[in-house]
Amino acid sequence: MTNPLKPKERAKIPRQEMPAESADLRRSGFCEVNLGLTPLQAHTEASRCIECAHPKCVEGCPVGVKVREFAQLVQEGDFAAAAAKIREDNVLPAVTGRVCPQEHQCEGACILGKKLAPLGIGYLERFVADYERNAGHVSLPARAPATGKRVAVVGSGPAGLSAAGDLTLKGHDVTVFEALHEPGGVLMYGIPEFRLPKEIVRSEIDNLRRMGIVFETNIVIGKTITIDELLGEEAFDAVFVATGAGLPKFLGVPGEHLVGVYSANEFLTRVNLMNAARFPEFDEPVYACRDRIAAVIGGGNTALDSVRTALRLGARRTLVIYRRTEKEMPARLEEVGHAKEEGVEFLTLATPIAFLGDEAGRLRAARCRRMGLGDPDATGRRSPVPIEGSEFDVPMDVAIIALGTGANPLIQRSTPNLDTDRRGYIAADPETLRTSRPGVFAGGDIVTGSATVILAMGAGRRAAASIDAFLRNVPSRSEQAVAAANPGS
Amino acid sequence: MFEIVESRPLGPDVKRIVVRAPRVARKQLPGQFVIVRVHDRGERIPLTICDSDGGAGTITLIVQGIGKTTRLINALEAGQGLLDVVGPLGNPSEIRVHGRVVVVAGGVGVAIALPTARALKDAGNHVDAILGARAKDLVILEAELRAASHTCIVTTDDGSHGRRGLVVDPLREFLRTGPPMDLVLAIGPIPMMRSVAEATREAAIPTVVSLNSIMVDGTGMCGGCRVVVGDQARFACVDGPEFDAHQVDFGVLAQRNAMYRDAERVALERFREHPERDLERVPRPLDSEPCRLAQRHPEWNLAAGDRTSAESSHPDAILRDPTT
Repeated sequence: MTNPLKPKERAKIPRQEMPAESADLRRSGFCEVNLGLTPLQAHTEASRCIECAHPKCVEGCPVGVKVREFAQLVQEGDFAAAAAKIREDNVLPAVTGRVCPQEHQCEGACILGKKLAPLGIGYLERFVADYERNAGHVSLPARAPATGKRVAVVGSGPAGLSAAGDLTLKGHDVTVFEALHEPGGVLMYGIPEFRLPKEIVRSEIDNLRRMGIVFETNIVIGKTITIDELLGEEAFDAVFVATGAGLPKFLGVPGEHLVGVYSANEFLTRVNLMNAARFPEFDEPVYACRDRIAAVIGGGNTALDSVRTALRLGARRTLVIYRRTEKEMPARLEEVGHAKEEGVEFLTLATPIAFLGDEAGRLRAARCRRMGLGDPDATGRRSPVPIEGSEFDVPMDVAIIALGTGANPLIQRSTPNLDTDRRGYIAADPETLRTSRPGVFAGGDIVTGSATVILAMGAGRRAAASIDAFLRNVPSRSEQAVAAANPGS
Repeated sequence: MFEIVESRPLGPDVKRIVVRAPRVARKQLPGQFVIVRVHDRGERIPLTICDSDGGAGTITLIVQGIGKTTRLINALEAGQGLLDVVGPLGNPSEIRVHGRVVVVAGGVGVAIALPTARALKDAGNHVDAILGARAKDLVILEAELRAASHTCIVTTDDGSHGRRGLVVDPLREFLRTGPPMDLVLAIGPIPMMRSVAEATREAAIPTVVSLNSIMVDGTGMCGGCRVVVGDQARFACVDGPEFDAHQVDFGVLAQRNAMYRDAERVALERFREHPERDLERVPRPLDSEPCRLAQRHPEWNLAAGDRTSAESSHPDAILRDPTT
């Protein structure tokens, strides 16, 4: 091994801190919050890796990035090779380096973390991916010889892109279908610019195009083309359904249809995908937040993305309303910290029981009820218990409901004999991702319900391996056509 | 890029445009819609498909210029294009034999009602149509609706064409004089649909309306199109767009549809002052990516002779023929 430092010397190096844009500047625009490590910082951080013989970090990564090997390359100063090493397992390093909850995955498993701060794996991943992109030369892994098999990937979010990347490398011909006008799924419509600049997503998708993947936008599978048609006249040998989660959940309380009440999906889509922050230069508007009060209901990353977006749209007061305490919040700690620095207020142990409007149907307040914490529920978090008679009104002009999503029914409804679970998600084997329909695989949020980018990417990788195994055992369309044309042979 | 192959005025601020969208055309059923984005800074708006020609690979849209985007679309000529067209979205109208069906269409709502009326007639229903508009020059698609129905009454608010009055007036006559109606389909402005719903409520005549709420993706993802039907939130894009008129909360629909009124005014003024800023962004066929469909599905006969050379010279124009 090439690390010149002795273990004791390495232990003395503190974990490098991520430089961040000042909170003042952040509030007034959509600039990225985290600025990325400097090359010196990256080198220093990589030197902290103790190069375990059996790296737990790799096991902790849903797509199995070879952390030890890429960290060594960073420590040696070969940043481009480090990026290429990550790309062997992860098609979106610049994305995952930004949005993965590393504290629960690679860094959560890092041995250093037992006594010291864990290795900054996410920071390093982001650093090398940015280095590679800025250098203008992304080295893509080599493709296996063409197999002649064609795979349709439905949805161009993290699960779809990850599967498409792996399947292409294995030599299959991959077409990705996207319902919206631009590929990227939640990376484009959901995660805001200040956490994940859209140019980075576009550049990662361009890399996938260069690998030979074809993207077809404006096609809703289940409507424009059915799954049966993909396997029939469209002549695909296998289909991977990765449409993501779908229909936003609402509270189901009175007044939820008032003007000014949004789902997080809609609010974020307007701003992220449609550029509503730049209205009227861009046509899609978003309900005015400037100098008004905006609140988000929920405590996940989407909730924080929404409220911080409202802040950047000029809201004078922004609130997170969450029914448990900060400790139970599913959002990443880093995001909670960033939100607080920016001036977002947290109203915990409270939940809206009604939204109140004016005579024109515009939101003016939420009637909230205080909550206490009871016994732990199935998720292990203490469940909120309403406190009767504790109602109070919180004035607000914009409310964003960020309570997760339910299954989108379009594919299930249009595909005969495709089994679903009780909640309407597609039933798929957790290992092989096979569905009840031969040749149809499914993974990501459309199977599991709302999860993270990297878990969806992990599902995409498993699907790709399983689809590859499946394709090796079926004759391709062209072989079938030849066999049909020469029945005697 | 989806090429506009025909664009002609039907009335003041109303145009009929025919767009090349082969995949949509092959699938479209009465009652369904597309989401359209004109250029790379455009908004996504739903437009109901009035007709389609699977053989020619075209769909027909009737566009009333109200806001900025619809006026921009109406300023386009054949040969120009729409950057994005996605669909067909929404559930198709339920077409079966009811018996006597009354189709009530107000304003450009007739464009939405027409294909459903035609299908209901073809299915063996007796179709009586009522077509209304404010004045004579706003009555569109009258001949088409007459052909798609057994009888057709026209009303105008000012009496300049057909009967003076509202569409709900002849409907109330039907209610008084019979024969009994088995289904009423009402499509038009919200006040019109609401008054039809009120008229048929007491007699409990099954009444269906098609709702035009604000949408972004049109696939159920955003929830912006939610409407209150029978006290429940339903999404017009995946649960509709047709709903039981007696269950719909039209008040909520009207309020939600007015949500962006200020922004709409700003956008329209800006467009009126500088239409060139938008017109410059409108795609033309030759600078867009080629339609791979023509190559993958030669049996669809989509490739127009003069466009083939431009398409095949495009770097993306790879023949993705599964048999090679």
